[in-house]
Amino acid sequence: MSSPASKSQSASLLLSRLVREDRGRIISGLIARVGDFQLAEDALQEAMIAATLHWQDGKIPNLPLNWIMQVAYRKAIDKIKQRKTEQRAKSEIAVLSVDEAFEREDIGDERLSLIFTCCHPALDQKSQVALTLRTIGGLSTAEIARAFLDNETTMGQRLSRAKAKIAAARIPYKVPEIEEWPQRLQAVLAVIYLIFNAGYSSGPTEGAELVSEALYLGQMLDQLRPDEAEIEGCVALMLITNGRRGARVDTNGVTVALSKQDRSLWNKTEIDQGIALIDKAVTRHKPGPYQIKAAIAACHNIGAGSDWKQIAALYSSLLHYEPSVVVRLNHAVAIAEAGELDRGLALLRGLQSDLTHYQPYHAACAELLGRKGFKEEAKAAYLKAISLAQSKADIRFLTERQNML
Amino acid sequence: MKYMFLIYSDPALEPTYGTPEFQTMMGGYFALNEKLKADGVMRGGEGLKGINTATSLKVRNGKIDVMDGPFAETKEHLGGYYIIEVADLDAALKYAAMVPSANHGTIEIRPLLDYNPAG
Repeated sequence: MSSPASKSQSASLLLSRLVREDRGRIISGLIARVGDFQLAEDALQEAMIAATLHWQDGKIPNLPLNWIMQVAYRKAIDKIKQRKTEQRAKSEIAVLSVDEAFEREDIGDERLSLIFTCCHPALDQKSQVALTLRTIGGLSTAEIARAFLDNETTMGQRLSRAKAKIAAARIPYKVPEIEEWPQRLQAVLAVIYLIFNAGYSSGPTEGAELVSEALYLGQMLDQLRPDEAEIEGCVALMLITNGRRGARVDTNGVTVALSKQDRSLWNKTEIDQGIALIDKAVTRHKPGPYQIKAAIAACHNIGAGSDWKQIAALYSSLLHYEPSVVVRLNHAVAIAEAGELDRGLALLRGLQSDLTHYQPYHAACAELLGRKGFKEEAKAAYLKAISLAQSKADIRFLTERQNML
Repeated sequence: MKYMFLIYSDPALEPTYGTPEFQTMMGGYFALNEKLKADGVMRGGEGLKGINTATSLKVRNGKIDVMDGPFAETKEHLGGYYIIEVADLDAALKYAAMVPSANHGTIEIRPLLDYNPAG
């Protein structure tokens, strides 16, 4: 016989595991049934509270997931009853209660519909990110606000506005049709990658939660829709990039350039996993921007150095999908690194007006000008880059490079 | 759900009357009208005369103030509208992409308020 204390502990352990692993499935199933994000969230919240009360006496149901689903569903129906007039409620409930017994083992899985609704282009991207983290990731409003340096009230309002628009404009809760799929998938991947990048760029120790959340979402998507080259490309990109996390900053807190990184600090398992995934993706012959970016990341990791000729070629094909100035900047740098210093510099100069406030632009100019022997110009570019740098690690790195001129 | 398409465009970018481009655009509108009717989703729609014909009015403290010109001085003007009835926003977006003026202007998609008391 276990003590009451350990019983209640096992109940809360079970609950937190359920929340972590199955929240997405529960909430996506609830939204599919009641058709309302906020209602589903509130009902799930209440069902979790009910579970902590009922399960603590050791009365853990055989199918805990189904129990939560059933209780949450009933709570949602109660809320609909409260909301509507008597007459209206009767007809609505008649429809709602036809099917659901939740006695089957399988509670279904509507997460794919859920993520596509959260990342619908009719919502602005910040809201897409917030809604994805809140609904599928189960992060609290406060956690999301902290991650994106927003205040909690603003973030709360953003989430409510997004949920209200989904209901009012009737943004559908479904997986997009085949002709819309490629474009809509890119929107979903953009959100996942944005979450990853927010975590990754906030430093080697900070932001780990967002990184693992993004990986979780990417891998979930890959599971729900296997054999999709761009999903594989996106997950591969995150794995390979994150694999270098440990070597990005040295013990003095200075950013370390990729070519100077101590490769023994790389997470080889993660990188190999990523490379295997991108290798698999390209065999599908359905190219796309995430696969190209993952291939570029992989080019930095195979062999002792980076294969700059290949990288320059890959950036050139990336421009086809993403003709942004940042991609053009990377393309120019790769060309210089591949041996065509003058051509790289000329391309960089052409980007000046667009990237005048972009730190990496000035850092790249400084580096190439330095190699060319233009010390004064290089120094000025380093100073400009330092004035725009946002992290201490970057400032130290740029200062060191400048001193080496 | 009913949606209104508000068709905005910059007159400077619109095809000129009498050109083949204008013919193509008008052909596109006729085709869209037919499609909306055939699909059973058309609930209305009109084109508007240019903003040089617009008059604006407001009443303040019982005083009527009438002015020449449109409500807002913007580059892109409201030039017409459709009302369609479809299942959801994705269905509405599909039709909105078929509005010829989307190729040079912008279509704003707005759900209509539902005044049905039982709704």
